[in-house]
Amino acid sequence: MKMPTPDSGIIARRRAIVEALRAIVPGEGVIVDENELRAYECDGLTAYRQLPMVAVLPSTVEQVSRILKTCKEMGVKVVPRGAGTSLSGGALPLADGVLLGMGKFKRILDLDFANRCAVVQPGVTNLGISNAVAHEGFYYAPDPSSQIACTIGGNIAENSGGVHCLKYGLTTNNVLGLEMVLMDGTILRLGGKHLDSGGYDLMGIVTGSEGLLGVVTEVTVRILRKPATARAVLIGFPSSEQGGDCVAAIIAAGIIPGGMEMMDRPAIHAAEAFVHAGYPLDVEALLIVELDGPAAEVDHLIERVEAIARSRGCVYARVSTTEEERLAFWAGRKAAFPAVGRISPDYYCMDGTIPRKALPLVLQRMQEMSARHGLRVANVFHAGDGNLHPLILYDANKPGELEKAEEFGNDILRLCVEVGGVLTGEHGVGVEKRDLMTDQFEAVDLEQQQRLKCAFDPDGLLNPGKVFPTLHRCAELGRLHVHKGELRFPDIPRF
Amino acid sequence: MTITTLKPETAAQAAEAVRWALSAGEPLEILGSGTRRGLGRPVQAGHALDLSGLSGIVAYEPEELVLTALAGTPMATILPMLAERAQHLAFEPPDGGTLGGLMASGLAGPRRISAGSARDHALGIAGVSGRGEHYKGGGKVVKNVTGYDLPKLMAGSFGTLTALTEITVKVLPAPEDTATLLLAGLEDAGAVAALDRALRSPYDVSGAAHLPAGIAARSGVAAVARAGGAATLVRIEGFGPSVAARVALLREELRADAVLGRDESLALWREVRDAAWFGGLGGGDSLPHLWKLSVPPASGPATLAAIRRSLDVEAFYDWGGGLIWLTVPADPNLPDAAATIRAAVGAQGHATLMRAPESVRAVTEVFQPLPEPLMALTRRVKASFDPKGVLNPGRMHAGV
Repeated sequence: MKMPTPDSGIIARRRAIVEALRAIVPGEGVIVDENELRAYECDGLTAYRQLPMVAVLPSTVEQVSRILKTCKEMGVKVVPRGAGTSLSGGALPLADGVLLGMGKFKRILDLDFANRCAVVQPGVTNLGISNAVAHEGFYYAPDPSSQIACTIGGNIAENSGGVHCLKYGLTTNNVLGLEMVLMDGTILRLGGKHLDSGGYDLMGIVTGSEGLLGVVTEVTVRILRKPATARAVLIGFPSSEQGGDCVAAIIAAGIIPGGMEMMDRPAIHAAEAFVHAGYPLDVEALLIVELDGPAAEVDHLIERVEAIARSRGCVYARVSTTEEERLAFWAGRKAAFPAVGRISPDYYCMDGTIPRKALPLVLQRMQEMSARHGLRVANVFHAGDGNLHPLILYDANKPGELEKAEEFGNDILRLCVEVGGVLTGEHGVGVEKRDLMTDQFEAVDLEQQQRLKCAFDPDGLLNPGKVFPTLHRCAELGRLHVHKGELRFPDIPRF
Repeated sequence: MTITTLKPETAAQAAEAVRWALSAGEPLEILGSGTRRGLGRPVQAGHALDLSGLSGIVAYEPEELVLTALAGTPMATILPMLAERAQHLAFEPPDGGTLGGLMASGLAGPRRISAGSARDHALGIAGVSGRGEHYKGGGKVVKNVTGYDLPKLMAGSFGTLTALTEITVKVLPAPEDTATLLLAGLEDAGAVAALDRALRSPYDVSGAAHLPAGIAARSGVAAVARAGGAATLVRIEGFGPSVAARVALLREELRADAVLGRDESLALWREVRDAAWFGGLGGGDSLPHLWKLSVPPASGPATLAAIRRSLDVEAFYDWGGGLIWLTVPADPNLPDAAATIRAAVGAQGHATLMRAPESVRAVTEVFQPLPEPLMALTRRVKASFDPKGVLNPGRMHAGV
């Protein structure tokens, strides 16, 4: 993975750039000290590190606007950052770029229950929103595993999901409005407390754009009433194929569970050894199916899910009877990553999505790859929506093993695309999967996406080196070759 | 004013047609079956690109919750096929037209409040840009964040960015049962307050509408027409035992006057979805002009009251007060009506002229006028897909 070559002309002008930033954000809001900059050198994808040229921490939208405008005028690249929990390197700094930290935007601006929404600054954590509305029995639905730390601004950038998103949607399905700043300093408002847009759905494009289109400075999210009850069933199968069949049968029966997770044997064993959740150890696949909603509905569906599981040959089934038991079922799954961390010095978490029916094939091919690369793999899987999280076990202290893990990971993602899936279900492309984009998209597809980027950031200064494997100048992308001539298909019917 | 219609039968032919339009400098009106041709500003184009020849199901996998079809596939083909597997498009779009036309117009029904809109169910697209290039965006699985979410941008873009050739949508289980609580005789503000109570409850309300007395009386559902005044409506859907339990609890909490069963509910919410009492989205030039306003739900009644201070309108609410359908008598003063309506909506919402004669739509901002920085970005987004303005130019805004 190579980042764009740093522009030595920009680095030579560092002093002038720092002064220009200090004129906008006074005092400690501009960071130049190498030790202090160290805090920003990577995000959740720790394999890649780079000190930024300078970091700036604004606290008002006007400051953000002036910073971006100034950087555009000086031709300086900008990398926006929330809490830095990205798993794909979306916030990886640039040696010749300004790191724009949004951590000071921490205020909750408006809790509006009559319109069932909350207006917050982008640095508020995901869980912070749910906590702020909990007293009225509400919550914010998307729940990425990092929800205690990750910010809603970062969630917008990555279109974050979580274990409940099959039923409740990703970030994009739960955002009502945004205030954002373009690279030229323009402040825009999209949406609001009402539904839908009167024009193009630009909010739909900005959500999940990985910080390449603008910097979000305010967010309005939809809040939901908490389900009255939730119960979970643990279901064990002697094969992952049967586990996958059971998931398909549940959905075919018209049931969309609040959560539906699957773990393979290595993940089950690692989790059980770590948190003692009471998981069965003699199964190849373990499902956690959570039903939430009114008590009458949950009771009804639990029975139906149990019946489906039996019909698909489950060898273990246990229904939670208390809230403690339900949480214990989840404790193992939620601790799966650190649990795998205990059995291996390092692990690398992948994030592809596949059509669920391809699961047995993908797991089998993954075992073959595991043997070939000489690295173990454990699988946790958002089974309802086909989002795989293979955890590749490796030891970074062994020379060449990180590279082997990355190669294994790339093979898995290529396989996801090959079976009709995609490179990333919720972690984003970032720098991690950037060079695999050509496996999923043709050049013509990527060029159209990059033209859209040009509409927001014609100089390509916002978070370059992420998402797209090849950088093109907007002028070059916009060139249109019109061939004079007749319709080559004279047989197109005409009326 | 269309002179010639090009009707491609393959995506390659569609791309060829757009490349011809580019070279000839001839804009194209993009059509599916033409069902929503009357929605939007009239397109000034001498040629039409009719995509109804691109028809057929590419893949339907109920257990993957995914359907892929060519853009010109009639909804009349798709909906019965989904129903056979007890699935549906959860955003409750109006019947008719093609899948491409449905996505391009981005419409959604009463279930918008709980299930989202067309954009929330658009997973993947392929189509021809105004550069004459056939490209794809999104994917064919329900969870995907790879690259920009182009399918969302296409939803509601009225063919101004891309002539869609193939679409993948998320399909979901259709509810097993449905029932509606009816509260009779409430004023607008009291009704929206009752809808708010219902929507704040943990009972998963999937429809929340209020029909003032004059509208309720026109319902084809006897229980609503004979309610004797305004009818405030709360829909509950899902599995049979769950619907029964929630209806019982909510009836008590809201002190509802009546409960409508499955068949009456289905008929009633179809009327709400289609604004049937106003003659629906189609219809002749003699009908009053039909507007659709999206506002914060709690401001619905005040917005309508402000409009009524200067205009004699008929109206009803959906989306818990957040959607106002209203008709304005056809008269030469419509530009004033647009200004009055948009002044009442203000910056927190938008108003769309959903039905009016072509002569009116030619001189009225059909879609919400955008503040200049947003309009400028909108023009740049249009140009990034269609630099020469050959796809439905002017359908949404001047030049867009």
